[in-house]
Amino acid sequence: MEFKQTRQGYVDGLIEIADELPEMVVLDADVAKATQTLQFAKLYPDRFFNCGVQEQNMLTVAAGMALEGKIPFATTFGVFATCRAGDQLRNGIAYPRVNVKVAVTHCGITVGGDGASHQANEDLAITRSFPNMTILVPGDYEEAKLATKAAAKFNGPIYIRFGRDKYPVVPELQEGFEIGKSKQLRNGSDITIISTGILITEALKAYELLQEKEIAARVIHMPTIKPIDETAIVKAAKETKGIVTIEEHSIIGGLGEAVAGVVAENNPCPVRRVGMRDVFGESGQAQELLDKYRMRAKDIIVEVEKILA
Amino acid sequence: MSTKQSNTLSEEKLSKLTAICSATRKQIIQMVFDASSGHIGGSLGATELVVALYHHLMNHDPKNPNWSDRDRFVLSKGHCTPVLYATLANCGYFPIEDLKTFRRPGSHLQGHPYQPKTPGVEATTGALGIGFSTALGMALTAKNRGEQHKYYVICGDGEIQEGQIWEGAMFANKYKLNNVIGFVDRNYLQTDGNSEDIMPLDPLAPKWESFGWKVYEIDGHDLKEIIATVHDAKKSDSPVMIIANTVKGKGVSFMENAVGWHGGVPSKEDVEKALKELEHGI
Repeated sequence: MEFKQTRQGYVDGLIEIADELPEMVVLDADVAKATQTLQFAKLYPDRFFNCGVQEQNMLTVAAGMALEGKIPFATTFGVFATCRAGDQLRNGIAYPRVNVKVAVTHCGITVGGDGASHQANEDLAITRSFPNMTILVPGDYEEAKLATKAAAKFNGPIYIRFGRDKYPVVPELQEGFEIGKSKQLRNGSDITIISTGILITEALKAYELLQEKEIAARVIHMPTIKPIDETAIVKAAKETKGIVTIEEHSIIGGLGEAVAGVVAENNPCPVRRVGMRDVFGESGQAQELLDKYRMRAKDIIVEVEKILA
Repeated sequence: MSTKQSNTLSEEKLSKLTAICSATRKQIIQMVFDASSGHIGGSLGATELVVALYHHLMNHDPKNPNWSDRDRFVLSKGHCTPVLYATLANCGYFPIEDLKTFRRPGSHLQGHPYQPKTPGVEATTGALGIGFSTALGMALTAKNRGEQHKYYVICGDGEIQEGQIWEGAMFANKYKLNNVIGFVDRNYLQTDGNSEDIMPLDPLAPKWESFGWKVYEIDGHDLKEIIATVHDAKKSDSPVMIIANTVKGKGVSFMENAVGWHGGVPSKEDVEKALKELEHGI
């Protein structure tokens, strides 16, 4: 199995689309080596702006650039874009609906060693609550690249989320990305697993484990968190016995609650959420932390069995 | 399109601008009274700055608000919409009758400036600090394109207690944004009291100078001085901050330097007295 970083997918997407979109520019807040935008800066120095450790200024400078016709990708870590600069994201970008892409890396528990201060597990909850925001969480390197290019061509504010670690390349995500659309990767009628971001790998593993137990799971990958693909969710609610969500994010305010909301209003069925259970993370290796905070295939199985019991 | 570049201000033009200031102040009082909310004190205090910019200094065309070569104005102290909206209406960006809808449901005249809705409003502001950085992002783009127009931005003195302002101050210096001409509306009053009690800002000029800005200090109610200073500021090769000493509530005796008129709403009697003073002088 091949492993690649989604943040590398981000910068490769930027580089691939740079000549087609000459007004696209990239900003960073002194984490260009970590977010990988330094690679873009080397190729397009006139289109790269390092704002220093100034996330608040950077997001709003990007808003000003967008008002003058640029397509800015303001880049930093997820926790800084949404918490440190949450006001600027809300009042400077979402509210006036300026064409700024807020691209963030180092999201979720797999940030690893830096610990809870740097692990954005609340960013989806924050950005979902802002009107006008479109939220993308690609599942692997290639999808990160496709989503970046789609974001660049989309008119309006986008929050796009990448991780730090290397994650498996998922064959089904190599093409066909569309904003607002989910992808059904496995068909089944007993239970539905909906995942977002890099944890699609765990959802697919859970499918295999459930198959051994003769449980047919439907697996839906949801790289757009907002607007959420309601059609696919309602269909799953009608056609299977319940839904388990998995996300590298708090179970509060993220994918799980988005799915539960759609289900509750349209076709109530059991929904159980796998994710950070209202706790801050800690330092450790990405894989250790996914075990400790129970965001694995086996943790999906536990929730599936609760629904089917 | 209006091209208003004369360096000297004729007595005739001066008296015209003075009359516009007086009329604008009356509109400010009326708008806040009609809406039963809004910010009178800071609006009255910034009237000469906004009037000098829109009615004399800036190149802009109300009939073509998106004209690419226009000078841009950003009201970073976004709560002072009464002076901005009255001025935009007086320039012809939208009907003067619209001022009656200020802060009412369905109006394009929101409590704080909202760029997508209001013709002539360049940036959405209100959360303090945001307008300043937005203006810098606009200015950087224009500078890199070699465009010649200017970016004018007014910050409140209370506003510059925000850390974001000083982030922006560094940023503008890094990119040598000499197409930015900022004003600090220095009235020493913020919502909770005197700025030097709440969070001292003095000495203010050296702060901006040490961040690489060219600084002027002027009387923010002296139209001649405002205009002469801006003409000089246009020649700067660094970003410019004009510290405009003003009187919050200027023009109405009981509102001048009174902290309660930051967000206070006048009674009918207050309005009558204020309008009379603005007609005949204090």
